[in-house]
Amino acid sequence: MTSPDGTSPDGAPPAGRDSPGGACDENGAMANGAGELVGGGNGLRPGRRHDAFGAGGSGDTSGFGRLVAPAPVLAASERPFGDPDADAVYDALERVFPQLGDAVERAVVDRGELTLHVRREGLPALAQTLRDDPGLRFELLSSLSGVDYPDDATGRRLHSVVHLTSMTYRRRLRLEVSVADADPTVPSLTSVWPTADWHEREAYDLFGIVYTGHPGLTRIMMPDDWIGHPQRKDYPLGGIPVDYKGATVPPPDERRSYS
Amino acid sequence: MTPSSTSAPHASTAQHASTAQPTDATSQPTDGSSAYEAGFTESASGRVYTVTGGDWEEILGAGEDDAERIVVNMGPQHPSTHGVLRIVLEIEGETVTETRLVIGYLHTGIEKSCEYRTWTQAVTFLTRADYLSPLYNEAAYCLSVEKLLGITDDIPERATVIRVLVMELQRIASHLVWLATGGMELGATTAMIFGFREREKVLDLLELITGLRMNHAFIRPGGLAQDLPDGAERAIREFLVDMPKRIREYHRLLTGQPIWKARMVDVNVLDAAGCIALGVTGPVLRAAGLPWDLRKTMPYCGYETYEFDVPTALEADSFARYLVRLEEMGESLKIVEQCLDRLRPGPVMVADKKIAWPAQLSIGADGMGNSLAHIRNIMGTSMEALIHHFKLVTEGFRVPPGQVYTQIESPRGELGYHVVSDGGTRPFRVHVRDPSFVNLQAVPALTEGGQVADVIVGVASVDPVLGGVDR
Repeated sequence: MTSPDGTSPDGAPPAGRDSPGGACDENGAMANGAGELVGGGNGLRPGRRHDAFGAGGSGDTSGFGRLVAPAPVLAASERPFGDPDADAVYDALERVFPQLGDAVERAVVDRGELTLHVRREGLPALAQTLRDDPGLRFELLSSLSGVDYPDDATGRRLHSVVHLTSMTYRRRLRLEVSVADADPTVPSLTSVWPTADWHEREAYDLFGIVYTGHPGLTRIMMPDDWIGHPQRKDYPLGGIPVDYKGATVPPPDERRSYS
Repeated sequence: MTPSSTSAPHASTAQHASTAQPTDATSQPTDGSSAYEAGFTESASGRVYTVTGGDWEEILGAGEDDAERIVVNMGPQHPSTHGVLRIVLEIEGETVTETRLVIGYLHTGIEKSCEYRTWTQAVTFLTRADYLSPLYNEAAYCLSVEKLLGITDDIPERATVIRVLVMELQRIASHLVWLATGGMELGATTAMIFGFREREKVLDLLELITGLRMNHAFIRPGGLAQDLPDGAERAIREFLVDMPKRIREYHRLLTGQPIWKARMVDVNVLDAAGCIALGVTGPVLRAAGLPWDLRKTMPYCGYETYEFDVPTALEADSFARYLVRLEEMGESLKIVEQCLDRLRPGPVMVADKKIAWPAQLSIGADGMGNSLAHIRNIMGTSMEALIHHFKLVTEGFRVPPGQVYTQIESPRGELGYHVVSDGGTRPFRVHVRDPSFVNLQAVPALTEGGQVADVIVGVASVDPVLGGVDR
């Protein structure tokens, strides 16, 4: 769990901002900490929940404006999970994948979905087993997406999330690999599931996760010469204030936020 | 830049001219290209020509290596690329040796924008992703949010039935656009006229039901924006009578037509193993023989209770994909009819007042808006109701932390939503696994080794919608 660091205005920039992917500040991301104490408007830290109302500049002396909700982390689930599919997948993995304890940091069953938090070193072998073992048969890589958790307690803020579908057993499984901004490399899954190609390019483009072993890791959504990774939480949304009937509507990321 | 020009902007003209002279000389094309405006450049892989006209032999000369290798840009502004898709073709004569796809021209950051809106407002963005099947985007996203909220079982029966109803209507509309645009690309303009003609009827129905032809924002977390209007059921039933005749008409016009078949049969073949390796789902996969339809295999929205078939074909070519899509329209009609039969009066929004949108829409003198009865209530009689309305509309509801992935069968294949909540009133992350995005990866496999003209057929048979690809 993150330390409740709501009192430190804006904090230090995340480690490794000067890494190849982390050029966000050149595009003006992460507005400086001015006005942080009242936690309103631009001073809100991206990707973080501020209570109570997010209103800045109101002369609030209650202190509520400084509250920052800790990043929620779902606890690891105990075996047996109580979900037949999740238990079946985990049992089969334990049988055929002896390195399971090393590869998987923790397993979470939430809302009927099994998530394996995988160490990146163990990912290629685990993926190959998941695809090929007759008791698992995750033939289809449905989706791969990046998620940025700036407050990740382990410091590994960039998560690469893979959703697998077993067409044979009609099960789903989520693999989640997290890496730090300073060393954002994850083994590519393209050799196991060729469909991961564009997914990984997208996650690289928008989050800066570098997939080692990918045949051509280039930007896919943004122009080739773009600087920064737009879907990181500290990358600004952009936008300009709009005048409408005498009033000015601020851009979306500067409007009052309630969460 | 030369040092003199950067350090001294007031440098004498003579000095400036002398430094500029050698740069001009080196950038001058050496030979061969001077007649053509664009010229050529030397790269690591050899000389690269950029030409806008002229005769190949004049430009390339004789005896050059790979003289027949030509790179052609198809798109991004090309009528047959379904939007702004750029295809880089390497061709030898008429044969395509390499196909590369360039996307991103329509990237509008929908996923990022969602993170700055409430859970309900995000629907308005996501419906614009895949603009030919907006209701699928809405449904998949709302199913995800409802799963995060834990209210999946509390969604009223009527709301779920209407969701299925509008989704299946939209599947027909989407396949009709595919028929129309795909036909137009092959020169079958009658197919285009027919396809858009019937699609317009579906859009009329959707306009009647949701108020908008496209980008409906009709399905909301917790239920629907509004109930079916009067007369919707009758209009849909009329459509159900008319549409089967139209589908027979398409069969009569196209299925046996020699040109149509010559362009599509045995063209762009991709078998089931190739489809799965490349992540291809939907009609393309079913045309390769695998009856993988999430409505049957991993049902949602009560699809397991409807009676319908999953059309498949074994040929795995473009013609098989055409047949599968035509059959699917008929199956969707069957589902729509069953939906109408099981419509029972009831609410269309979840009963939990902390989630349900407080007002129902109604038609007023100045068009559609919040119902006047509701406004009268909150403004005139109940301060608490006013506060409640204000809080829910401006702040929204909080969603417990966690992440879900929901996949539904859109007209193009598996549409997945990976939605993450941090416990706040806004989505922490919304990722759209758009079937067009994934299926487009198969285009090189479909087209390499074939003819240039078959590239058009190949892209059309995948049915990509660039709004969904780029998001």
